[in-house]
Amino acid sequence: MSGLYRKWIDRINEAWMFVFLLLIIILPFILAAGLYLKSYLIISENHLSDLLFTDIWKPAENKFGFAPFIISSVWVSLSTLVLAVPVCLLSSIYITQYARSSVLKLMQPVIDILAGIPSVIYGVWGVLMIVPFSVKAAEWFGIHTTGYNIFSGALVLLVMIIPFILNILIEIFRIIPEELSEASLSLGATKWETIKFVLLRKALPGIVSAFGLGLSRAFGETIAVLMVVGNVIKIPHNIFDAGYPLPALIANNYGEMLSIPKYDSALMFAALILLAVILVFNFASRVLIMRLERYA
Amino acid sequence: MNETPKILISNLNLSIDKQDILKNINVKIPENKITVLLGPSGCGKTTLLKTLNRLTDLYENVKINGSIILDNEDILHTKSDITKIRQKMGLLSQRPYPLPMSIYGNVSYGLKIKGVKKKKMLDEKVEHYLKAVNLWEEVRERLHHPASALSIGQQQRLCLARGLAVDPEIILADEPTSALDPLSSQSIEEMFTILKKDYTLVVVTHILRQAKRIADYVVFMYLGEVVEQGPADEFFSSPKMDRTKAYLKGAFN
Repeated sequence: MSGLYRKWIDRINEAWMFVFLLLIIILPFILAAGLYLKSYLIISENHLSDLLFTDIWKPAENKFGFAPFIISSVWVSLSTLVLAVPVCLLSSIYITQYARSSVLKLMQPVIDILAGIPSVIYGVWGVLMIVPFSVKAAEWFGIHTTGYNIFSGALVLLVMIIPFILNILIEIFRIIPEELSEASLSLGATKWETIKFVLLRKALPGIVSAFGLGLSRAFGETIAVLMVVGNVIKIPHNIFDAGYPLPALIANNYGEMLSIPKYDSALMFAALILLAVILVFNFASRVLIMRLERYA
Repeated sequence: MNETPKILISNLNLSIDKQDILKNINVKIPENKITVLLGPSGCGKTTLLKTLNRLTDLYENVKINGSIILDNEDILHTKSDITKIRQKMGLLSQRPYPLPMSIYGNVSYGLKIKGVKKKKMLDEKVEHYLKAVNLWEEVRERLHHPASALSIGQQQRLCLARGLAVDPEIILADEPTSALDPLSSQSIEEMFTILKKDYTLVVVTHILRQAKRIADYVVFMYLGEVVEQGPADEFFSSPKMDRTKAYLKGAFN
């Protein structure tokens, strides 16, 4: 009797765990399906190419061109990435290869604290510090700007994703066995040659995924960016132009567009684009990582 | 040993974080012989091996004094380029660590570092050293495949070929067979006995039978000290110290 009872308890517990796991697995699909249903109105009544590639945004006149938002998002994220790669890569190499181990012990809590600061604080800090700096920086290039532009957005995002990427990179460099460096050094390589030819090569899949994850975060980050990026609906042409990224579009307008039903649907479509880009991006970096891992 | 040793270690002390790892080591490593550093785990034999090519530079808070004379040069206090000294010694570690590149890339790595650029020269050397470790026939068709795809035994032979390719005088091996299957181990041991014609070998092991099979000269270490050293036949047939006798009987390891 008690044997049967215990067997059933065992089964039921397994079933529970499976159900919860299943919930997590289907969550992204529910999310995507919901967004698709909600944006169906605008997709069915407008051409997809018009939505994605035109730049006229007049909801009252039934003109929904998402190009300014998509291009703003791309500008902000890519500028952030370009700034983040050297900063994060060099500092993680320094921490793991050159510095004494006490430096890492000191840095770890600093990085964790930076990672835990709410994004609205980064936004306020951006308005107070980065925006004026952006005005000055633009002046060096002879450009007049309010300071609320792509450059400010990228700088704020940079500070936000540095701890995130740095954490991953440090871990990646730390798990490379020391014997690999020893092998390279014993063959007469210098420390720098060892880093360049062996460690970076070994870490490449991890480095790609770290920056991939960072880029996804940058693409989706909302509050801090919208506070400094200007939110002007116009395709930006350089880094000192104002932009209006997709997440800012949704956050700024949601709740105010009830009078125009299609507006609601348009914002859902913006969310769908965001989700799709991030999914495609994750998938692509996974494929790349798998290829790189063959040689690592 | 009356002839001049290849490496002369005198009064070597090494401590890490004020903990003594090596205490007053005096060892003469004879040329073109296999010297075995024998002893239980944690006795400092690996550290001694790494001191020989200054990989101990990587450690934090390490203090070394004494001298290690190689070719009339004290490598602990030399001003000359450490990478040149390291190229005089090939290193074989406990487990094979192929560099993250192709088979060809692994063998040619040290040569490229040395400045060899000509493809023909690299091709020849790669073939020559892969043949020297009996790996050529197994990999000739896939030289440009990742080295990590090889079996562990093949990887260890590749690592040996990689070390030989920089044309060293000495081969340092740290328990080189501990991760290998018996056949691969045997093949490494056989290679060592052939290589000693041209190289001086220093092999760390805690396997007594392996030491008996390959050693010409034995250095027995315990708790950071050299307990006894001498030619292999003398060492194994008539050990002088009690601790050595006990170890050889298998009383501890």
